[in-house]
Amino acid sequence: MFEYAPAPESQALVNFKDSYGHFIDGKFLKPGKTYQTINPANEKVLADITYGTEKDVDLAVKAARHAYEKVWSKLPGAERGKYLYRIARIIQERARELAVAETLNNGKPIKETRDVDIPLVAAWFFYYAGWADKLDYAGLGPNPQALGVAAQVIPWNFPLMMLAWKIAPALAAGNTVVLKPAETTPLTALLFAEICQQAELPDGVVNIVTGFGDTGAALVGHKDVNKVAFTGSTEVGRIIARQVAGTNKKVTLELGGKAANIVFDDAPLDQAVEGIINGIFFNQGHVCCAGSRLLVQESIQDELLKKLQRRMESLRLGDPMDKNTDIGAINSKAQLKKIEALVKQGEKEGAERWSPACVIPKNGFYFAPTLMLGVSPANTVAREEIFGPVLSVMTFRTPQEAVTKANNTEFGLSAGIWTEKGSRILKLADQLNAGVVWANTFNQFDPTSPFGGFKESGYGREGGKQGLAAYLKGGY
Amino acid sequence: MQPLSPEAIVGSRITNQSLKRWLHSLPGVDKVGLEARAASLGTRSIKTSSKAWALDAAIKMMDLTTLEGMDTPERVKSLCLKALTPDPTDLDCPRPAAICVYGDMVKHAKKALGNSGIYVAAVATAFPSGRASVPVKLLDTKDAVKAGADEIDMVIDRGAFLSGNYLEVYKQIQAVKEACKRSDGSYAHLKVILETGELQTYDNIRRASYLAMLAGGDFIKTSTGKVTVNATIPITMLMLQAVRDWYDEHGVLIGVKPAGGIRTAKDAIKYLVVVKETAGEQWLTPDLFRFGASSLLNDVLMQRQKLKTGNYSGPDYVSVD
Repeated sequence: MFEYAPAPESQALVNFKDSYGHFIDGKFLKPGKTYQTINPANEKVLADITYGTEKDVDLAVKAARHAYEKVWSKLPGAERGKYLYRIARIIQERARELAVAETLNNGKPIKETRDVDIPLVAAWFFYYAGWADKLDYAGLGPNPQALGVAAQVIPWNFPLMMLAWKIAPALAAGNTVVLKPAETTPLTALLFAEICQQAELPDGVVNIVTGFGDTGAALVGHKDVNKVAFTGSTEVGRIIARQVAGTNKKVTLELGGKAANIVFDDAPLDQAVEGIINGIFFNQGHVCCAGSRLLVQESIQDELLKKLQRRMESLRLGDPMDKNTDIGAINSKAQLKKIEALVKQGEKEGAERWSPACVIPKNGFYFAPTLMLGVSPANTVAREEIFGPVLSVMTFRTPQEAVTKANNTEFGLSAGIWTEKGSRILKLADQLNAGVVWANTFNQFDPTSPFGGFKESGYGREGGKQGLAAYLKGGY
Repeated sequence: MQPLSPEAIVGSRITNQSLKRWLHSLPGVDKVGLEARAASLGTRSIKTSSKAWALDAAIKMMDLTTLEGMDTPERVKSLCLKALTPDPTDLDCPRPAAICVYGDMVKHAKKALGNSGIYVAAVATAFPSGRASVPVKLLDTKDAVKAGADEIDMVIDRGAFLSGNYLEVYKQIQAVKEACKRSDGSYAHLKVILETGELQTYDNIRRASYLAMLAGGDFIKTSTGKVTVNATIPITMLMLQAVRDWYDEHGVLIGVKPAGGIRTAKDAIKYLVVVKETAGEQWLTPDLFRFGASSLLNDVLMQRQKLKTGNYSGPDYVSVD
């Protein structure tokens, strides 16, 4: 009947070069030894990317140090702010191009890059641009000083957004940066390098070095960086923590999560269903703060699950470039395999797997939205971060049990509470060990709000005034 | 599934107390979440073949409406002729579902439409305010039915609803339903206007929807079109959730009619997307979804012509009604 005809966004909005070198000291270097970056939605090659070596990293850190000493640290805050405002405006002007580039390289639906990722990227730069000349009010005493050179390593789930979360506060606080994007999603970072040129940002203030884990390790381990900021898996976070232990480097880590989304029997049910969907299927579940454990009060389990399953039937999985796609591609084959293995393990441990009928495209990496029902708290899918569109469903009987189960995890990044009772929200938010607690909503981000984790979800905060502390002396 | 009696649904004898308990036990509505979902469905991109389908569907689901103090028999006749041949340049163009008029205009509309299959809907029960005594409201209804109205659009007593007198609202709907009975024993189709703009809160709108369905309304309709806030997408979505859940629980299909303020084809398509993705495709039929609109038809016709010819014409290329 009312079938949606294909509504693809135009790929011609973005023009990738055939190959990219690093962006160091304001210039793109000639490509070195390269690897291919692909579109995970169809496995087609998008460009050749340079695999960064220790020497490349050293060059980048030297450029950043030079720019810090000679230019950036000498600029008044208001001048730094001007550059950041300029970058923010160029991002808005090139928003459609950036959205298409992000979708092509990451696999997430165009509606998300267009409506969420890129607007937030611009918002982050606008917000921290405003801070550049107001650091006296950051709560760290008068005239707080920058740290120097920041080494930043970011993940593939929100490539440009994570770049913005890292670069905007670092630059506003007066640091220069060397950033390594994830190996599978380097393209928007390289487009951002073009934007830095377009904004006439002084050479060496932002440097982008591409490559794999060893490139990142070389960057984090470089003796002349003053600050390490990492977002990614807890596993790599541990390695980094060990690597920088005993040095003077300041560290912030934003790691994994296994958030509980708690639904009480007095919740606004239809909106709770939307929040659950948004919590776990937004960005194919490649979200560190994803609501991957649904804790539903036993008395409404049947009703809620029925509504949830019906809603899942309406999710549209497919070509991420189609404007009506809700669930795009998994970012890499490796990640797809990891998700498949964890779900299988969960089944083996007694969980019942359910997915709506949906056609999986032949090429590319896709995983159907999945519920794991009857999950015991000991099940692997209740404990490990899956980082995919898989929701583990558990029940509780009393508010206290909900808190106990929600906190029973090695992580502590986020949590959600669904109830019409305001007093319960306040009490539970206090008891949940999570950096962010959302009430009657989920996965909301704003540059003014600090974000970060408890326990193995990492330390330090990004966003808001608190996010400045990570890049200034006197902060944590 | 055998339809349950209202008593069985509420789980007790129908009193104001039992109705209040039943209605107030419905899950609440989170305003932010509801509106966010409505906005996100508004970004669906409906192109080419799906747009063509949606434009035709919008016409077929339309209650072409004129509800003005200055309505005349000639005006009603001209609107009926427009419904019979919406686009003289394209005789394949579908026709609206119904013409919606005041009760005294029913006979003129019936005469103009003949046995074309286009229904005549009459607003009744002291539309739009509903501020009249019950006997007057019932007489208003009976009068329209007698004149040949196929459908009755009644208004609920918002005053009674807001004062917590749910039983009064319920009884009035039931009485109007009985007044819809024709001499041959059949019933005129009953649409219950909640006047959502006066109920104000989403919780009230959900409760009023349930009350209207319990009392036997065939359709729940948002608005009279005569107040400041008429149909909106979030309100329509909420009412679609209500009819969907009602069908799940009781096996009875109830229709939804947003009315007032829907003027462009683009808006209409957004509504159809919301129907499809909230209640489901089953509701994408004139039997279960209607638009109450006076100026929507011409914009849809222009979009239809654009889709066919590739060129925008302009308001001079569709007839004024």
